[in-house]
Amino acid sequence: MLRLAPVLIVTLLVGPILAGLAMAVLPAFGYLPALGGTGFGLEPWRDLFSQPGLARSVTVSFASGLFTTAVSLSVVLLFLAGASGSRLDRWILRMVSPLLSIPHAAAAFGLAFLIAPSGLLSRLISPGLTGWERPPDALTVQDPWGLSLMAGLIVKEIPFLLLMSLAALPQLDPDRRVAMARSLGYRPAIAWLKVVAPALYPLIRLPVYAVIAYATSVVDVALILGPTLPPTLGVSILTWFNDPDLSRRFMASAGAVLQLGVTASALVAWWCVERLAARLGRGWIDRGGRRQGESSLRLAGQGLILVACLTAFVGLGALALNSMAGFWRFPDALPQGFTTIHWMRALPSLTGPVASTAVIAVISTSIALALVLAALENEQRTRRHPTRGRLFSALGLLYLPLIVPQIAFLSGLVVVMESLGGRPRLGLVVFGHLLFVLPYVFLSLSEAYRRLDPRWSQLALTLGTSRHAAFWRMRLPMLLAPILTAMAVGLAVSVGQYLPTQLLGAGRVSTVTTEAVALASGGNRRVIGVWALVQAGLPLLGFIIAVGLPRLIWSRRRGMRGAS
Amino acid sequence: MPARPFAVVIPFALLLAAPLQATPRPGDWEGVLDEARGQTVYWSAWAGDTRTNRYIEWINHRMRELHDVEVVHVKLDDTGTAVSRVLAERQAGNLDDGSIDLIWLNGENFAAMRANDLLFGPFADSLPHFALTFPDHNPEVLTDFTLPTEGYESPWGKAQITFYYDSADIEDTPPESIEALLGWAKANPGRFTYPRIPDFTGSTFLKQALIALAEDTDALYSHAEESDFEAVTEPLWNYLDELHPHLWRRGRQFPANGPGMLRLVGDGELSLAFTFNPSEPAAAVADFELPASTRSYVLDGGTLGNVHFVAIPFNSPNKAGALVVADFLLSPEAQAHKQDLAVWGDPTVLDLTRVDEATRALFTPEEENPAMLPPGALETTLAEPHPSWMGALQRAWQVRYVGN
Repeated sequence: MLRLAPVLIVTLLVGPILAGLAMAVLPAFGYLPALGGTGFGLEPWRDLFSQPGLARSVTVSFASGLFTTAVSLSVVLLFLAGASGSRLDRWILRMVSPLLSIPHAAAAFGLAFLIAPSGLLSRLISPGLTGWERPPDALTVQDPWGLSLMAGLIVKEIPFLLLMSLAALPQLDPDRRVAMARSLGYRPAIAWLKVVAPALYPLIRLPVYAVIAYATSVVDVALILGPTLPPTLGVSILTWFNDPDLSRRFMASAGAVLQLGVTASALVAWWCVERLAARLGRGWIDRGGRRQGESSLRLAGQGLILVACLTAFVGLGALALNSMAGFWRFPDALPQGFTTIHWMRALPSLTGPVASTAVIAVISTSIALALVLAALENEQRTRRHPTRGRLFSALGLLYLPLIVPQIAFLSGLVVVMESLGGRPRLGLVVFGHLLFVLPYVFLSLSEAYRRLDPRWSQLALTLGTSRHAAFWRMRLPMLLAPILTAMAVGLAVSVGQYLPTQLLGAGRVSTVTTEAVALASGGNRRVIGVWALVQAGLPLLGFIIAVGLPRLIWSRRRGMRGAS
Repeated sequence: MPARPFAVVIPFALLLAAPLQATPRPGDWEGVLDEARGQTVYWSAWAGDTRTNRYIEWINHRMRELHDVEVVHVKLDDTGTAVSRVLAERQAGNLDDGSIDLIWLNGENFAAMRANDLLFGPFADSLPHFALTFPDHNPEVLTDFTLPTEGYESPWGKAQITFYYDSADIEDTPPESIEALLGWAKANPGRFTYPRIPDFTGSTFLKQALIALAEDTDALYSHAEESDFEAVTEPLWNYLDELHPHLWRRGRQFPANGPGMLRLVGDGELSLAFTFNPSEPAAAVADFELPASTRSYVLDGGTLGNVHFVAIPFNSPNKAGALVVADFLLSPEAQAHKQDLAVWGDPTVLDLTRVDEATRALFTPEEENPAMLPPGALETTLAEPHPSWMGALQRAWQVRYVGN
C-alpha cells in the first residue's frame, strides 16, 4: 500500500494537468468543435500577436517573475545572515506565519489603499506636511512598469521563502558552520552568507521556482496592483476567456500557451542567473574578505524585512479601519464616523461560505497530509534517498501544479471533467484544491520528516515495536509540530484558491474567497475590508492551532514543542 | 458478473427519462408551475454590489414561499464566466444537465449566446407577467442593443447613464453636454475620467460621445461593418485625443469599472463621474461611500439607456423553475421591491402609465432625496447602437490607447 503512495500522488497531479493543458493547446491551434473550429491553423496566434500591447504584457509578466523572486530571496538571505537571535529577530520570526496566512488578494488590497495618492500614507501626512487638500494626480498604484505589483508580491513571497528556509536550515547545522568560519576571522553575517547560504540554496530551489512561476502568471494580485494599459499577460488571458465575443476563446487559448512559454523562459533565465551568481559568488568567497560590509548587510536584512512585515500589517489594519468606516473624506486621517453596518450586513451571508471554505480546506488538507505522510514513510522504509532539490526526480513532478500557470490548464480541465461526467460538486472542488495543497504540504513537511534522526526508529525497532507502531507511536508524536505547520500551510493555500473553486465548482460552491473576489468587482472598499478580514482570519486560526496545540500537548516536554 | 446488465440498462433509462423532465412547455403555465415545485434554480448573476445580492436573496426567500422553488445566487465577478461555462459544457457534450439555470445578461453576452445557440426559448411571451411591460408600447423590452430578443430573454430592470458630482466641489453648474465636458475637463484637469475599455460602463461612455459627435448617427443602428467605421468614428477619436491629457492621471490610467470610478469620487480624486444605475449615487451616500453633498443629473438631449434581462441556457435541467423565477421577477411585487431605494433602486420595466391603479400603488413615490435625479429626468433615453459597435469601438480604442 505504502509503495503506491508516490505513484498515486504523481498520477493524481500530473494526469489532470496534462489533460487540462491538452484542452488548452487544441483551441490554440484552432480546434474547438463547440465553436465551429474543426480544422487546425495558426489564426489564433496571428490574432494574439496583433493584440495591442502584447509585447509589453509579456515583458511585465516576465520581469515581475524574476525581479520579485530576486528581491524576496535576497531579503530572506540577508535577514537570515544578520539574524542574531535578538528580540527584534524573534519578533520578526513570529510574524512570519500570520503573514503567510494573509491571502494574496487581501494583502494587495491593503497595499493599494496604503500607497494610493488618496491612500492612508498620503492622508497621514496631508495637508500638514504636503499641503495637499485633494489627492495628488500621481501614478503610484497600477503603474505601467508593474512596480506596485512587484511590491505586493514581494511582501507575500518573503514570508513563504523565509518559512521554507527555516524548515530546511536545521539539517545544515548552520551554527557550527558559522562558528567554524568565525574561528577563521569572518564576521557573523559574512560567515553565514559564505558558508551557509551556498548550501541552503539547493534545498530551497523548488520553492524559489514556485515563486517565479507564481509571479509570472498571477491574476488576482495583478488585477488589483498590476498595470492596466496593457495589463499583465495573465490578466489579459482571463479577459479574453471571459470576452462576450466567443471567437476570442481561440486567442485566449493561444495566450494560455504563451503564458506557459513565458513562465518557462523565466525559469530558464533564472537558471542562467543561478549559474552566473554561483560563479561570481565563488570568486567572492575565494577572495576571502572577512569584514567588508558586515554592518550594512545586517542592517539591510533587518530593515527590509521589517518594512515588508509592517507594510502587510498596516495594510491589513487599514482594511479593518475601512470595514467600520463611515464617510471618509480626503485628507482626513480617520473616517468621519464609525459604523458596524458593513459587518452587520455581511454576517448573515457569512455562514454558508465560511462553512464550505472550512469543509473544503479540512478535507483537501487531510487527504494531502495522508498522501504526503505515506510517501515520506515509504521513502524512509525503502531507504531510497530522495533527490533533494532536484527538479526532475519522479516526485519532482509533484511541483508541476506550482510551476504550470493555473490559467493555462484549469479551463481545459473543466472540459475534461465535464466529458468524464464529473458534475461540479464539492468533491470536484476538493480535488482541484488538492492539486495545489498537496505540493505545499509536501514542501513544508518533507525536510522535517527526512531529517528526524533515524536512530529513533532503529531504537524503537530494537525494542520490538513493529514498523507501523513505530510510525504511529514514535514518529507522528515527535513530528507533531511540523505536521501541524504543514497542515496550517495547506489550509491557508486552500482558503486562498479562487480559480479552481470558481471553475471546477461552476460557481455553485461559494467560499469566502469567491465571495470576496465577486464583491471586489464592485469596488466598495468597506465591503472588501470585511471580507478580506474574514478571508485572512480563517487561515490565521489554522496557524494559531499549529503553534498552540503542541505547546498544550507537550506542556511538560519543552523539547517536543517545535520551533518558535 | 451480475452487476454488468444494470450498468448498461441504467444509462439508457436515464437517457429516456431526461427529455421528459428537461423541457417544459412555457405555454402550459399550470404545468410549468407544477413541474417547478421542488426545483433548485442556479442563477448566475454579477455580485459586485451588496444591494443586488440582498435583493436576489429576497427573491429566493419569496420564491420558496410562493412556489417552493429554491434560488441559488451563483456569484460572478464577470458574466463572461457564465457564458464560458455553458460553452465548456456543450464542448464536453453535456446537453441536458448544465450547471446554470438562469443568467443575468444583456447586450454583447446575449448576442454571443444567441449567435451560438446556447439559449433556451422562446419563452418570454408566455410568462404571465410579461404583459405588464406592454411591449407594444415599449419596444425596448423586446430589443437588446437593437437585436430583437425573439423571446429568448425576459426583461427585469432598466439602466440609464446618469452623471453625479460633489456639489461641495463643483459650485457652478456641471457640464451638460459631451462638448461642454471637454471644456470643463480643461478647466479642471485630473478631475474626470471614464472606466477602462472594454468595461461595460466605459464602452457606453464611448457610445454616448459618439452619438453626440457623429455626423451620421443612423449608421450606428445597423451592423458596424456596413458603414465606413473610420469616417463615422473620426470625430470621436479627435475628441478623445483632445480630452485625454486633461483626464485623471492624464489619461495614462483608467479606473477598472463604474464602481471603481465611484470610489475615486469618494476618495476625492474625481469631482465628476457617471453610472449606469440612476439611483446608485443616492444609495452610495446612504452607504457612506459618497459625501452627502452628491447630486445627480442627466446630459441635455438625454443619455444612453438599456434594459437588462434574464435568459435560460439550453442545457438547464431546471427550466420550469427558471421560467417561474423569470416571471416572478416581472411581478409588480418584485419590481416594486427592486425599485425601492432602500432595497436596490433599479428602475422598473413595467409600464406604470398603463398598469391598473392597484399595481401602481405598490410603487412608492420617490422620496425627496437630494442625491437622486429630479422626477422626469430620465424621459429622454437614447437607444443603444447595434452591439457590433461596442466590439468595434473597444478594439479601435485599445489599438489607439494601449501602450506598447
